[in-house]
Amino acid sequence: MTLLGQFALWAAFLLGLWCAVAGFSGRWRGRPDLTQSVTRAVYGICVALLVAAACLWKALLTHDFSVEYVWAYTSRNLPTYYVISAFWAGQKGSLLFWALVLSIFASAAQALSSRRHAALLPYVAAVTSSVVAFFVSVMLFAANPFERLAFTPLDGRGLNPQLQNVGMTIHPPMLYLGYISITIPFAFAIAALLSRRLDTGWIHAIRKWTIVSWMFLSVGITLGMWWAYVELGWGGYWAWDPVENASLLPWLTMTAFLHSVMIQEKRGMLKRWNLGLIVGTFMLSIFGTFITRSGVIASVHSFTQSNVGYFFLGFLILAGAFGFTLLQTRWHLLEPEAHLESMVSREAAFLFNNLLFVGIAFSVLWGTLFPILSELVRGTKITVGPPFFNRVNVPLGLMLLALTGVGPLIAWRRASASNLRRQFTLPLGTGAVVAAALLAAGMRDAYAVIAFALAGFVAGTVAQEFFRGVRARRRIHGEPLPRAFIRLVGRNRRRYGGYIVHVGILIYCVGFAGMAFKREREATLKPGESVELRSPYGHTYRFTHVGISQYQALNRIVSAATVQVERDGKPEGVMTSEKRQHFTVENGEKVPSFEPSTEVAIRSGLREDLYIVFAGPVNGTEEAVYRFTINPLVWWIWYGGLVLVFGGIITMWPGGGHPVPVTRQAPAAYGAALVGAGEPS
Amino acid sequence: MTRSDPVDRRGFLLAIAGIAGAAAAGALGAQTPGALPGSGPAGSLGDPTAAGRPQAPTTARDDDAEIQAIEKRLRCTCGCTLDVYTCRTTDFSCTYSPQLHREVLELRDSGMTGQQIVDAFVKRYGEQALMAPEPHGFNLAGYLVPGTLVTLAGGAMLWILGRRSRHAVPAAAVAASDVRPVEATPEELARLRRALADSDA
Repeated sequence: MTLLGQFALWAAFLLGLWCAVAGFSGRWRGRPDLTQSVTRAVYGICVALLVAAACLWKALLTHDFSVEYVWAYTSRNLPTYYVISAFWAGQKGSLLFWALVLSIFASAAQALSSRRHAALLPYVAAVTSSVVAFFVSVMLFAANPFERLAFTPLDGRGLNPQLQNVGMTIHPPMLYLGYISITIPFAFAIAALLSRRLDTGWIHAIRKWTIVSWMFLSVGITLGMWWAYVELGWGGYWAWDPVENASLLPWLTMTAFLHSVMIQEKRGMLKRWNLGLIVGTFMLSIFGTFITRSGVIASVHSFTQSNVGYFFLGFLILAGAFGFTLLQTRWHLLEPEAHLESMVSREAAFLFNNLLFVGIAFSVLWGTLFPILSELVRGTKITVGPPFFNRVNVPLGLMLLALTGVGPLIAWRRASASNLRRQFTLPLGTGAVVAAALLAAGMRDAYAVIAFALAGFVAGTVAQEFFRGVRARRRIHGEPLPRAFIRLVGRNRRRYGGYIVHVGILIYCVGFAGMAFKREREATLKPGESVELRSPYGHTYRFTHVGISQYQALNRIVSAATVQVERDGKPEGVMTSEKRQHFTVENGEKVPSFEPSTEVAIRSGLREDLYIVFAGPVNGTEEAVYRFTINPLVWWIWYGGLVLVFGGIITMWPGGGHPVPVTRQAPAAYGAALVGAGEPS
Repeated sequence: MTRSDPVDRRGFLLAIAGIAGAAAAGALGAQTPGALPGSGPAGSLGDPTAAGRPQAPTTARDDDAEIQAIEKRLRCTCGCTLDVYTCRTTDFSCTYSPQLHREVLELRDSGMTGQQIVDAFVKRYGEQALMAPEPHGFNLAGYLVPGTLVTLAGGAMLWILGRRSRHAVPAAAVAASDVRPVEATPEELARLRRALADSDA
């Protein structure tokens, strides 16, 4: 099977090269025979990579430890679902996974794109195939998943216990799907530049791809935070680690694009900026891969250091040079069709929103690379950790949250004073009431108060938009409330789906702000001993150590420390945190395969999470060291993610029509009069 | 050899009841509160090596907010990229962070302030010992460049867009010259607004 897999990789590589050459030259020279062969070659690459993937999965599932990758990431006693997910657990397998998914996306782009975009498709095929060919070349020449060992070991090394978590079976694929799908909008952007078809056609072609990509990135990042929270045991979910930052960067620029593209669709402005954002986002996705796989920056998440980083660095430079040079040569074709008419307009709000998104992306990138820069300039190694990122990014993030509420309230083109009064009164009032209530309740953390108040402001904005829309439908069509609501959303999915996404974001922000009120303490307890911890809401939790039990489960020995929990004297049940010692069996003996891992006990609620970590025993007895933490509002982050995904699905649900340019909504004179009178957009 | 007297049924049942009672009393005695909080030795684990690295009992000083605040500014040297406090309370297999914690406590005991302890760590381990660089010298660039660039870009945008929007002739105004003015009553305008609001919804 490994030979077949190897052959399939070579087939995919050669087809990718053919596709790249024939795609560019066929379209350039007007050779339909070549362009047709390119489409077929895209499907051929996909088939070849499916065969390669099937070979690797077969090797994993049959425990073929003669394959180095299978030996390095699995063992005979590893549960089957982790054997399957081991496909993307290591460097080599994840490269194959990346190439496979990209080839599927590339085929889907060819098969599902409208015939209106047929002229772009050969170039799209050429770009996507070039990227696939690059990934396959990395496998063939530097990180081959089918590499064989000189002998066949009896068992494998097993999977890192921290990767033996359901979150890690979903989080990496989601993040990869996000990173990978960015290639499709990039390919369309390059195709539009090469073919000089720079109207809004390419934007319509990539609309759903960009939302899909953004959603996968969002879900991947959120699942990553969830995994870090439940598995790593440090009581947090985001540490500004370089690899975490690398996943955030394309998300930020993609989010900026999703906003700025609306200005291009409505007003024909920001064409250059949008193309720049797409090229930049693609580069940042490759940059993230480079950071993760090169070991150039220290990170707890990095793959094993290897020379694949140089491949990615070279590709990053090449892709950036190609993309931005092409953009520069087409600069004159990208003149805006309209100019900003007023600083008090939705266009201006979106411009500042873009400035902040890109500004935050820059500051994250700057902080991530600053240790390298410092070493280059001063020869001194430094660490840039959470205190730096929080200090620089929290103010920018709060400004962005404010703009999330401001944007939907301002009319396109020009907003009048009466429009502003009418639109802002309720949301500002909501924010002010929230701030006053929190201050009256004794909250003194300035950033938290501002964040909650802004969340109230954004909630007020969204509620007002829904309320007015529903009211208009009820008044004109006489519809009952639920039907008016459903039709309101259904007839303008993009707009109201977007508002739901905003609600998801504000829920995230509430969750983030809650961490300002975290409470924690360590304690050493013998069975029967207790410790108390006061929650930020004023409750007193009492934790009583019950004891430690040990048992064997599948591929590990579990030491389970149980704590009885009471809140204000009322029993709340028991919580159990574990230490797990994974082992492999050699000559009938259990041999520890990794350092013992920790399983956190978490009781999650709307207001706060109880988070208990069993640190270890004292002197081999049941006397245990614990860390008890109360994390307020963390639940909101995970459910904010669900709301965000729900909103994203609504925005990309088929139907609902394309947005109408604002100049075509009404005869110009009426438009001007109504804008002056303060009509909502 | 003499034969012992046979045990009658009553004696046998009493003996059984006595044994059962003694066993129950023993069992209950093991669970009485007196044997619980810290009054007796904690039971030994069957396999202590499987329960993680042995821990030293924590003290009140481990929970000291001031010590924690200092340790959150210091980086663990084990390569985990976490601060000393987070590492010692998370990665329980790390041997570096407990040692660094002890160093912090020793320095505190010698009368040093938080800043002096941080400075001592920088002197001992280099600037890399800090979770974030001190904002002076070249490090200032790290803190100031993003905010300055965003501010400058925002200012430039305001200036350029302000100029353009002042000079821009609204498209609608240009178009208005080509459109015959429409006389409309306030009621008609209100109806039109409602219709537009509906189409917008």
